[in-house]
Amino acid sequence: MSDRQTEFWQGARLSVPVVVASAPFAILFGALAVDNGFSVAEATLMSATIFGGASQLVGIELFGQHVAPWLIVLSIFAVNFRHVLYSAAIGPHIAHWPWVQQAIGYFFLTDPQYAEAERIREQGEKVGFAWYMGMALTLYVCWVVESCIGALFGRLIPDPHAIGLDFLLPIYFLGLVMSFRKRPRWLPIVVASAVASMIAYKTVGSPWHVSIGALAGVLFAAAMPVRPGEAATVDETAEVVS
Amino acid sequence: MSTTLWIIIAGAVATYLTRIGGHLVISRFERIHPRVEAGLNAVPAAVLTTLVAPAALSAGPAELTALAVAAVVSLRGGLMTMFLAGAAVLIAMRHFIG
Repeated sequence: MSDRQTEFWQGARLSVPVVVASAPFAILFGALAVDNGFSVAEATLMSATIFGGASQLVGIELFGQHVAPWLIVLSIFAVNFRHVLYSAAIGPHIAHWPWVQQAIGYFFLTDPQYAEAERIREQGEKVGFAWYMGMALTLYVCWVVESCIGALFGRLIPDPHAIGLDFLLPIYFLGLVMSFRKRPRWLPIVVASAVASMIAYKTVGSPWHVSIGALAGVLFAAAMPVRPGEAATVDETAEVVS
Repeated sequence: MSTTLWIIIAGAVATYLTRIGGHLVISRFERIHPRVEAGLNAVPAAVLTTLVAPAALSAGPAELTALAVAAVVSLRGGLMTMFLAGAAVLIAMRHFIG
């Protein structure tokens, strides 16, 4: 095998634990998407074009609540906004790639992709395109295929309520919220967002509770006095699910 | 084109902008203002909280117990462990108390 092929398969091997961990969420996404009114093709297309688990689940959850389309897109953007930090951090390390490769690479910049790229760079190795795509393409193909399987299988589930399908997303989102708990002022931010979103939900109503609650948490974080040396590094943000 | 298709395409464009945007925009600045950085750091937790809290508000005992168990499990286990624990509690309680 050539060097490039070797690198590609090295990257592919790194993706295995992430593929295993994210498979249930891809299947869950497919099943819930169909349950919320997506076709199988639309669910698969969403996985193929967005390739971001949490934001896709947020998108179909809001779609099921008949939230205005622009607000769904805004929420997808908000959930994925953390990638801006990865993108800024990884930029200098892939700047030696031709620009087409860079443009392709950024499409696949998920949480685990970023985490692995940072890790091998810390070991003093170069982040190569073949290595990067070995991991990225394995994750991508599995994610899209599993979403499609979930969408096909989801239509066969007779009673979604009995197997808890309607409430699995809040549990999953709680898990993501908990995964950020090492960040500065996590608890007060979560409390601010929770209280604001619940009040907004009861008064202004859905879907505004999402924007109002999120804004409350973000403004709270920005308004707090800055303590030197406690700014979170982007490394802490890596989650299992893309 | 259907509304769903537009949502997917716009969501995909928005997502790609977040993935390439940091490199194109943020890396041009010498450093980010600490308050902006603190706000950006809070974005994921703040957004995701708003999807849990109102759901908990209208939830019954089965749902609340599932959330509580999942939260406790997440302190030690990973995302998958907490998710499966929460789902198991939810399904079991709905089965037995209806």
